[in-house]
Amino acid sequence: MDIIIQIEHLKKHFGKLEVLNDIDFTIERGKVVTIIGSSGSGKSTLLRCINLLEIPDSGRILYEGKDIMSGHLNVNKYRSKVAMVFQNFNLFNNKNVIDNCMIGQIKVLKRSKEEAKAEALKQLRAVGMEDFAYARSTTLSGGQKQRVAIARALCMNPDVLLFDEPTSALDPEMVGDVLDVMKELAREGMTMAVVTHEMQFAAEVSDFVVFMDKGVIAEQGTPDEIFNHPTQERTKQFLSRYSNR
Amino acid sequence: MRIDLNYAWRALTKSWPLFLYGIRMTLAFAIVGTVAGLLIGLVIGAIHALTIDPLDKPLTRVLKKIGHVFTGLYVWVFRGTPMMVQAVFLYYLLKPVVHWSSFTAGMFIISINTGAYMAEIIRSGIQSIDIGQTEAAKSIGMTNTQLMIHIIFPQAIKNTFPSLGNQLIVNIKDSCMLNAIAVTELYFQATSIAGSSMRYIEIYMITACIYLVLTTVATFILNNIERRLSGKKTVALKEMSA
Ligand SMILES: Nc1ncnc2c1ncn2[C@@H]1O[C@H](COP(=O)(O)OP(=O)(O)OP(=O)(O)O)[C@@H](O)[C@H]1O
Ligand SMILES: [Mg+2]
Repeated sequence: MDIIIQIEHLKKHFGKLEVLNDIDFTIERGKVVTIIGSSGSGKSTLLRCINLLEIPDSGRILYEGKDIMSGHLNVNKYRSKVAMVFQNFNLFNNKNVIDNCMIGQIKVLKRSKEEAKAEALKQLRAVGMEDFAYARSTTLSGGQKQRVAIARALCMNPDVLLFDEPTSALDPEMVGDVLDVMKELAREGMTMAVVTHEMQFAAEVSDFVVFMDKGVIAEQGTPDEIFNHPTQERTKQFLSRYSNR
Repeated sequence: MRIDLNYAWRALTKSWPLFLYGIRMTLAFAIVGTVAGLLIGLVIGAIHALTIDPLDKPLTRVLKKIGHVFTGLYVWVFRGTPMMVQAVFLYYLLKPVVHWSSFTAGMFIISINTGAYMAEIIRSGIQSIDIGQTEAAKSIGMTNTQLMIHIIFPQAIKNTFPSLGNQLIVNIKDSCMLNAIAVTELYFQATSIAGSSMRYIEIYMITACIYLVLTTVATFILNNIERRLSGKKTVALKEMSA
């Protein structure tokens, strides 16, 4: 078992609200873990802590065995290794598609323009957005934006990709395109942690499923265990809301 | 109380070199003040908009707080007092130290005065950029400085261009307050012409018309630049289909 990220006793609160309460969680190399759970259960906060967009109150996050908050690790370098894909895409509005994919490579990884451009085109091809390389990011549809956002993250050659509800802001007809890209990445062995409400996708692609409820991990296991044989009452309740639709 | 248009015309043809000198000075103060003010505003506005990052070291945190206090004070004082008072006060206060002419003092004062307004425009421009832009930049490892320069500034300046440009119009008019330290701009010239001829109504009518022409031309130019700034889209689309 090759663990890239190990989370131990993670806690986080906003004001009086305990959002994460003693979370233990691992991300294995080459595996896909999905995180499911009802709104407000702390899924986004967990992902954001991994990328240090939120700073945990206590507990440890180990990246390849090293504590990311110990001060010995370069935070920006680390972040580029665990790139994130957001629900609202967050493409840089002042840049066109290819510049969105190049800026991080040039500024963070210190690649030359030519190298960065070649890598950007390669990743844009992988997500099927090569033809839009010189389009302004603001002119794209949601599904296109999200695929560019995935390419932008891939350009950093990360060890892990974090996805926070990547299809929740999309029109239904666009969801498939983005999920297809993610499935392909999974097939190629990309390590991913995905927060999603797409249960079908989670069942199909995950190696491991985590069900979160009220700031704790209520149940975890293989997709078969979680979706077909859940043991906890709250897991059953949560899943029944999806199967009834 | 009637306006003698014939006299006005004669005054203009006779005194035009004086008016022209005033126009050149007014434009010089307005343009230098706006450009220098923009540079000051970028720096001050950026410092004012800095947020404390939970990852900041204690020293960085203290420096940022000092920066906030300093920039807040600067904006508060220079926006909260008339430029005319600032001009007279600073001119005489610093004269024994820096031995400046009223011209130099005028340039300095209009610049730091404009800087305060620009700083506010830039600050609100920065703060109105979606937090997602910052988070996306951070999530791929960009430093705060990098994301400011490459992501936030360009968007903030583009979004606030109309307000920034408006400062040029304001400065064309408000530079007249510098007459209080005997800067020979347009209003100062008008006052001396009117004083020697005792024909206030005609002379100030001419002066008002000149200001109106200057501000109209400036507005026209600014609108053109603005249209070009937002016109980038079409260029990108052409490139795309090529
Ligand atoms: N910056 C913040 N300040 C205060 N409260 C916050 C902040 N971010 C999140 N919260 C609160 O923390 C709780 C958990 O939020 P989180 O976004 O992690 O939930 P989630 O599981 O991702 O939900 P959703 O499915 O709606 O995205 C929510 O009650 C939310 O209101
Ligand atoms: Mg969420």
